Amino acid sequence: MSFLEVLYIVVPVALAYATPLIIAALGGIFSERSGVVNIALEGIMVIGAATGIITTLTLTDLGAGALSPWIALLVAMVVGALFSLFLAVPAILWRADQTVLGVAINMLAIGLAIFVVRVLYNKGQTDFIEYRIAKENVPFLSDIPVLKMFFINVQYTSFVAIALAFVVWFVIFKTPFGLRLRSVGEHPMAADTMGINVTKMRFMGVMLSGAFGGLAGAVYAVTVTTNFSGTTIVGQGFLAIAAMIFGKWNPLGALGAGLFFGFAQALSIIGSNLPVINNVPQLLLLIAPYALTILALAGLVGRADAPKSVGIPYIKGKR
Amino acid sequence: MLNIRKEFGTFVANDNITLQLRKGEIHALLGENGAGKSTLMNVLFGLYQPEGGEIRVHGKKVDIENPNIANDLGIGMVHQHFMLVEKFTVTENIILGLEPKSGMTIDRDTARKKVMEISEQYGLKIDPDAKIEDISVGMQQRVEILKTLYRGADILIFDEPTAVLTPQEIQELIQIMKRLIAEGKSIILITHKLKEIMQVADRCTVIRRGRYIGTVEVDETVNEDSLAEMMVGREVNFDAEYSKADPQQVVLDVQNLVVKDSRGLSVVEGLDLQIRAGEVLGIAGIDGNGQTELIEAITGLKKPESGKVMLNGQDVTGHTPRKMTEAGIGHIPQDRHKHGLVLDYSIRDNMVLQTYYKEPFSKRGLMNYKAVAEKAKALIEKFDVRTPSIDVPARALSGGNQQKAIIAREVDRSPDLLIAAQPTRGLDVGAIEFIHEQLIKEREKGRAVLLISFELDEILHVSDRIAVLYEGKIVGIRDPKETTEQELGFLMAGGQRGDETE
Amino acid sequence: MKKLSLNQLLIPLLSIILGLLVGAIVMLIGGYDPVQGFISLFEGMFGSPYAVGETLRAAAPLIFSGLAVAFAFRTGLFNIGVEGQVLIGWVAAVYVGINFDLPMFLHLPLALLAAMVAAAIWAFVPGFLKAKFYVHEVITSIMMNYIALYTTNAILRNVIGVTNERTDSVKESASLASPWLQELTTYSRLHWGVLIAVLAAIVYYYILQRTTLGYELRAVGFNKHASQYAGMSVNRNIVLSFVISGMFAGLAGAMEGLGTFGSMTLSASFTGVGFDGIAVALLGANTAIGVVLAAILFAGLNIGGLAMQLGANVPSELVKVIIAAIVIFVASGYAINYVVEKLKGNRKKGVEKK
Repeated sequence: MSFLEVLYIVVPVALAYATPLIIAALGGIFSERSGVVNIALEGIMVIGAATGIITTLTLTDLGAGALSPWIALLVAMVVGALFSLFLAVPAILWRADQTVLGVAINMLAIGLAIFVVRVLYNKGQTDFIEYRIAKENVPFLSDIPVLKMFFINVQYTSFVAIALAFVVWFVIFKTPFGLRLRSVGEHPMAADTMGINVTKMRFMGVMLSGAFGGLAGAVYAVTVTTNFSGTTIVGQGFLAIAAMIFGKWNPLGALGAGLFFGFAQALSIIGSNLPVINNVPQLLLLIAPYALTILALAGLVGRADAPKSVGIPYIKGKR
Repeated sequence: MLNIRKEFGTFVANDNITLQLRKGEIHALLGENGAGKSTLMNVLFGLYQPEGGEIRVHGKKVDIENPNIANDLGIGMVHQHFMLVEKFTVTENIILGLEPKSGMTIDRDTARKKVMEISEQYGLKIDPDAKIEDISVGMQQRVEILKTLYRGADILIFDEPTAVLTPQEIQELIQIMKRLIAEGKSIILITHKLKEIMQVADRCTVIRRGRYIGTVEVDETVNEDSLAEMMVGREVNFDAEYSKADPQQVVLDVQNLVVKDSRGLSVVEGLDLQIRAGEVLGIAGIDGNGQTELIEAITGLKKPESGKVMLNGQDVTGHTPRKMTEAGIGHIPQDRHKHGLVLDYSIRDNMVLQTYYKEPFSKRGLMNYKAVAEKAKALIEKFDVRTPSIDVPARALSGGNQQKAIIAREVDRSPDLLIAAQPTRGLDVGAIEFIHEQLIKEREKGRAVLLISFELDEILHVSDRIAVLYEGKIVGIRDPKETTEQELGFLMAGGQRGDETE
Repeated sequence: MKKLSLNQLLIPLLSIILGLLVGAIVMLIGGYDPVQGFISLFEGMFGSPYAVGETLRAAAPLIFSGLAVAFAFRTGLFNIGVEGQVLIGWVAAVYVGINFDLPMFLHLPLALLAAMVAAAIWAFVPGFLKAKFYVHEVITSIMMNYIALYTTNAILRNVIGVTNERTDSVKESASLASPWLQELTTYSRLHWGVLIAVLAAIVYYYILQRTTLGYELRAVGFNKHASQYAGMSVNRNIVLSFVISGMFAGLAGAMEGLGTFGSMTLSASFTGVGFDGIAVALLGANTAIGVVLAAILFAGLNIGGLAMQLGANVPSELVKVIIAAIVIFVASGYAINYVVEKLKGNRKKGVEKK
């Protein structure tokens, strides 16, 4: 197998795994830029995945056909945004510890999701969906030599994720909303004196994060696993947090980190079938994203600085 | 503002205070630390809601529920602790919350143009594209002023604006304030510095312990003493004479010391300093000229780059804080909440913060809390620390009593060198006098006392010798009896570098 | 001090009640009978000698993981990496338990020690990175969790040599199992670990409240600046706190490896013991006695959940929802306090005053 042929196999898989990571990491950026730590991303993805599958199954029964997974993605966004209120309300209004909340919400999500699945289907996991978002060859583009590796066997959700990264970058750095969101995460009291409603901005940050997290979970479910069980989302949320940090809280950085981590995941899964890569211990590929993130935080791979006021509840009138 | 009342729980921060600002005047609001000045202004700016009284702007009664309404009414505030986002540019900070738009994006060209226009109109020079973290404190203050002007403020509140400025910057600020008045603005100046009031204010309202005392015209009939009396409530003798010092052998000898700050810049640059037993050496200087780093190097909190710190003839350069303490240094830190006390620990546990590991408080790795309690009781009595019991957390004590507790702990160890950094910051006059007396007492016991303060009055009042610190160097040593504030101010601003008298 | 403890009790108790209330509501929405559900749940927790045995058995690792989290909390650190440290301790204990041949009085302590040391080394990493590079321990601990998960699986496969997904059982000389305790509880899996756990809680109290080290650690936890000023080495204390926390976590793993299961299984996901430890520490207000009680409660809920599924047909996952709700309420203590104060105030005044 030539190197190029290896890439033709690996890149589509990498893209598939990178897609939910990128979307969830973008969600994390909204929340953390507004000053709220979002460890709950994992749980939000669980809820998103469950919603995605349950909605797809229901819509298919109702006859929505191949459109059902796409509608399910939108539903998952809404449900994710609503579910993130479990983080937003205690963290922003009641000054609860955000990390503790995150851990609790992750617990809540998996408990609630399986509970609902059992209520609906009387078993611990759902059936497989009939219509998944299919892998396709993009017409025309998939004929270009070399570059075609990005356009064969690919799901359109991947392009959505990449486009979203640019959109989020634009929103965060170019619009008044983005300026205000960042000001609230850096120096909420300064923002408050400038007439910016810190509570409102933080709610928006967390709920956008919920919408993106929900979408990410649903994308993973309807493109990769195609059913929902207790082990559908195991660590993707935390991996997305790693991508967010490795990308230095910048949407384009998160895009790069997400693609890179997706690549590592793809190699660890299909690497044993490929020449050269099968000599790399699988363990190394599995732990690479996490180890690299630690190194990035330690400043050994470029310093990563969090928004200044992230994790600190804003108490009006306190200096 | 009429009959304003503001409570925090059972504590009344403002009780029936009235302040009337006329158009085109500079109106000073005078009061001691904790008198309720900032609270009153935060009520006016909409950060707090008053429990009683009413606010009228141009004769109309208004409810200022949040800063937005204050902005709409043309009230702007220049905060004491600057409300600036460090990672943002000057322009971004000014337009935040009121951004000019083109389509969906921020119209940065228009924003910059508008900022430059206002900056030129009022003579506030700034670089619109610089990041806040890269510009000087004086420049940051100008950004704060521009923020209010950009929002069309007619009434500007300056909250202790000179606290962090050099004398030159203070003069510039005064010019800016006069220019603002000339352009038709009105200003409320919050301060506890009498000199500034005499210099710029038209009228002055005085409050004491949350109560309204009176409003006076600032003219020939008032002087600093009469204002001070109003502020404190009794006659203040700033010139209490202490006995003469009798300096003995050198206790601390700092030689050619270089210390870098957290960003890696040398902020103490080849500093030489000697303190003798039985004298108080005051270090005068504007904040940020290396005071913090100098103390950190002497107390072992930071390793110096080069140079020597000698204590009683022993080289202790770069030793750990523990070793420095054991070598005979006592330290009343600048920030008592951050460094001086573990606020969540009881008074009992705070009293042995440096000695907890020694007998009788600790034996074979176990604490003897009975011995700790006895020590704490003895110290509380001796230094008159007012606390309901030794078991209450230090957090529950008043600032003055917290500081007394720290001094009790530090002095009790009989250190050869006592470092007092801003020991009276934020305290009322009674506590200030007590602390000054304690410093003199230590001096009379034959200890060396190093006093660091940003208040020239305090330096002049307590010191036997004054060393002026500028850009990390001692630029002059003066006798407090022979020097003047003007001369010291000149040196503090870098007026006469290298003119050492010793 | 007396007043404080009343408040300290109020929030956890209210949170438990509110958490159970959430559980009841979820049951109602799901179309189940909450009364029947709770009866089955409580019977499954404490209703028989077997239930008590299983609850206490499950409490042992939770006491340890709770102590681990609480110890770090008390020194101002958030050890969210207990989950990974549990796995590392588990695999170390099992390795020693299988591969050494020693008399019990040497073998069992050695296996426990191995769990402590291995997990302590694992916990050292985030502590060291925090002390040396000022990296926030939460993120590094999370990353270390995943590295632990993959690493233990690799060790099980390649070093211990797992066949059929599961290791051999540890030798009897390294086992915590007690036929006597099992018999006493009509053949639950209760083992000696629960006694070791209670002992550990006493040690925890003793270290923090009685030793000079404890004075230092708590001082650093409250205010690291003042501690440094007072001559304590903040960095040393951060690392030490993580290492001690890791030791507790490692023993939680040993409970499973030498007690409950006597072996270790390949796994794609975490055990949950570490994350539950966060809930335990929080509900127990980081006190020794609180941790023990909270661990017994959560262990009971986990055990009772299975009985609830059998007895009332309510999905056992409901227990997770209840635990999560309790944690959220405890974490929102500020709001609970606020409401309680408001109610008190209103009662005093008689009428609501705006």
